Order: sequence, then C-alpha cells, then structure tokens
Amino acid sequence: MHKIELHGVVKRFGQNTVCDGVDLTVEKGQMVCLIGASGAGKSTLLRCINLLEPIEDGAIFLDGEDISIPGLNPQRVRAKIGMVFQNFNLFPHMTAFENTMLAPKRVQGLSKSQLKSEIEELFERFELADRMHNYPDQLSGGQQQRVAIVRALAMKPEVMLFDEITSALDPQLVGDVLDVLLKLKSQGMTMILATHEMEFARQAADKVCFLKDGRIIEEGSSEQIFGTPKRPETKAFLARALK
Amino acid sequence: MPALEAAGMTRRERYEQKQRLKSLLIAAASTVCVIAALVILVPMTPGWEKVQKSFFDGTVLAKTFPKLLDAFTVNVMIFAWSAPAIAILGLLIALARDAKSPALFPLRIFGAAFTDVFRGVPVILTVYLIGFGIPGLGLPRPWNSPFIWGSLALVLTYSAYVAEIFRAGIDSVHPSQRSAALSLGLSERQVMRDVILPQAVRNVVPSQMNMLIALQKDVSLLSFIGPVEIFRQAGVFKSLFANFTPYVGAAIIFLIVTIPATRYADYLMARQMRERR
Repeated sequence: MHKIELHGVVKRFGQNTVCDGVDLTVEKGQMVCLIGASGAGKSTLLRCINLLEPIEDGAIFLDGEDISIPGLNPQRVRAKIGMVFQNFNLFPHMTAFENTMLAPKRVQGLSKSQLKSEIEELFERFELADRMHNYPDQLSGGQQQRVAIVRALAMKPEVMLFDEITSALDPQLVGDVLDVLLKLKSQGMTMILATHEMEFARQAADKVCFLKDGRIIEEGSSEQIFGTPKRPETKAFLARALK
Repeated sequence: MPALEAAGMTRRERYEQKQRLKSLLIAAASTVCVIAALVILVPMTPGWEKVQKSFFDGTVLAKTFPKLLDAFTVNVMIFAWSAPAIAILGLLIALARDAKSPALFPLRIFGAAFTDVFRGVPVILTVYLIGFGIPGLGLPRPWNSPFIWGSLALVLTYSAYVAEIFRAGIDSVHPSQRSAALSLGLSERQVMRDVILPQAVRNVVPSQMNMLIALQKDVSLLSFIGPVEIFRQAGVFKSLFANFTPYVGAAIIFLIVTIPATRYADYLMARQMRERR
C-alpha cells in the first residue's frame, strides 16, 4: 500500500485549471520533490493533499483510504498531514511555544503540563530552546520557519508537506532549514516538497517530479531527472534553474 | 578641523543644531506675537464685554462648576454600563454576519438588517423612539426608567457601528493565517476564536477608541428624554442665571476627558501604521 496516492487530481479556480489530472504515489519514508516553474501547480497540489482546497475530479488516498470524498470532515486528515508554508504563517499574537502548543491542546485535548516536556524536547532537537518564549517578530526568518516546522511536528503527523519553505529566506539562512529536512528524512518522515532548491532536490530527494501547466510531465529518481532528463521541457527548465 | 573634533560633532550635526535653534526662536517669537495680539485686540472689539459676560462669567462658572461635575457622573455611569454592552453585542453581531452554517442563515439576515437599520437612523431618533416610546407603553417601575431605555437606544446604535469595525478587523487578518491554523487540524470555530479574533480585535483597537469617544459625547442625547446629566444640568443653570457660561463649563469638562482620549487614539493609530510598514 502506498502512503499517499493521487489519481487524476483536477483543481480549477474558475476557468483556470491549476492541476490537470495529476497522478502521484509516495511511499512511506520517501522524500518527493515537486519542481517546475512558478504557477505550474506545485503549491496548489500540496494544498489539495492537505484538503485546504477541494478538488474538482480525481481522488487522493492516504494509507489506501480515500480522503477526497466530498463532505468528509477534513480535521482528522489534517491532523495526520502537517504542512509548512513559504511565509511561515506563525500566529503573531502567540509565542513560539504557544504557537506549537495550540493544536495539540485543542485538537487532541491535551493539557499544557502534559505537552510541556514533549514540546521542549522538540525545540531542543531543532536548536530553538532559547527562542521558545519569543514572539515571531523577535525571530529571524530561519528561526520562524523552524518554529513553523516544530509546530507542525507537534501534532505527530505521518506525512509532511513543505511549500517552498526556503523561498522567503535570506540565502545564508536557507541551510539551517534544509538541515532540518535532512534530519526528518533520517528519522523516516514521509515528505513532499515543492521547491526551487535544485541542488537540495538533487542530493536529498528519493523521487523528483517535474510539473508543467498542472501536470507531472516527467518523474523519476533524482539521478534520472537531473542526469538524463527525457523531456525537452524538463531539460530546458533544468538548464535555466541550474545555471 | 581640530575645534570641531573637540566638540565631538560633525559639520552636518553642527549645521543642523544651528538650524534647530533658529526655527525654535522664530516659532517662539511668532507665538508670543499672536497671543499678545489676541490679548490686546480681542477686548478692544465692539461688544466684547457683552460676550465675556454672557459666555465667560467667572462667578457663574465658580458657582455652577461643582454641580456640573456632579451631573457629569451621570454621563460616566451611563457610559460605563453601555460601553461593555456595546462591545459584546457588536462582536456578536459581527460573528453572526459571518456565520457560515445554513442553520444560522436567519442570524446572518438579522445581523445585516440590524446594522442597516441602526446605522441608517439618526441616533436622536432612536433615542426618542426607544427611550420615550417604550416607557410610554405603561411599564411598571422601575422598568419605565429612561436610563434603561435610553441606554438601550445608545447600545443598539453603537453596536451596529462597532460590529462593522469588528468585521473589517476580521477581514484584515491575512487568509494565510486561516490556512495555517486549518492545516494543523483546528476546526473553523477554533480558528476563529484562537487565531483570527485575537488579531482582528487588536487591529481595530484604535478605531474602537474613536467609537468610545463618540459614545462619551452622545450620552448627552439622553438629556432629551429625562436623565439630568451634564448637558441638561447646564441648561438648567443657563435659565437660572440667564447666562451661557454653564454651557462653556460643560464643554470644558467634556474636553478634559476627550482631548487626552483622542490623543491616545491618534497615538495608537500612528503606532499601528508604523508597524504595518
């Protein structure tokens, strides 16, 4: 059984078709990178998997269960699939610790005392212990993004979605955030990334998918996509992206 | 130049200091001239004595001011119980207008109708209709008190405005905050309560401060239906002394409250503008 499986996923915004029949399988513990130009549908695809966007056609399966049935309560699914965004989207009126505690407290009904040690450990593990009680505007972009990752991990998700999480960061802060991803990979987390970090995708991805106009037009191992791309569109994109 | 370095100032700093001193002197001199002109010229205008006697009579002011202050406590009282009621009702109306569940559709309609009606009618008309009209139905004491129904009229009118401001605040929170909260598995209601509302309320504090100041002044409208608050008390004294000074006294009392409050609201607004940039 695949961890995540997409069958002919179609997403439209009005007349504009953003995902045009996407098929994708992700195995447990795999890191899959979605690459392609801006507007190719990478972000929208991630939002569809997390049920933030309802899909027009096709189906999405998590552990073999269809999670794209219209009318299904999305909360249970979202608790299993964490998501991190390009612009961090931390809650500005809460400290890093409160940001992280909110969902476990509300969704799983755990108390602060039950959560405290566990969350402290997470902050420790991602070298944020001294920043735990800071508000987001007191943190650097890289720290904010790492807090956002910790916040998603606190729900103990089975799958993590990363939507261009380094695009809004200063170049010298990108490394810290990518290190976190490698750490998660080594712990066996299933991850899907939309990314413009080609070098990172080449080194770390188990599978790379190239999207164009809402379709995955080529997919394969990173050696295959970066070494011997078959489609001319992929070649052209990589030639520009790796320049 | 050694002399400049000794003073620890750059050329530019020294130039700017000189400029500052110069503008300060000019501003002071010009202000003194204008005030002197006012003090000397205004009393020379024909009819000034009459104006002074009618509006700025020191003995009348001294006699009436303490009583005016007493009457002002009535304003403060009405304000003190109306303001929290307005905040709560305004927030509820705002939430009702954003309700998504089909079962709550009537609530949405009600919220929209409420804001349309009470924003569309002059405050004084609502005060007359409710403040005079309802006790006029022959209710027993104490339920015929104009304090209750007059305050209710203010609460209804102001809730409509306050609700619209809250709604604007809710809209001002970026949709990505909602996405992030939903992605963590929170329900719509939890997202509103824990993520959207706290930010929305904080965003509209300066605007709501201005509503409070307006309310403080509009409490005086209740004088038309009975309660002897400061405006009505000043009117009594005006008739008694055949002099307008009590009104000026009342205005002074209002200004003592409203000027600091408006300044504070302006300060909050300016700070928010800076933060947004």
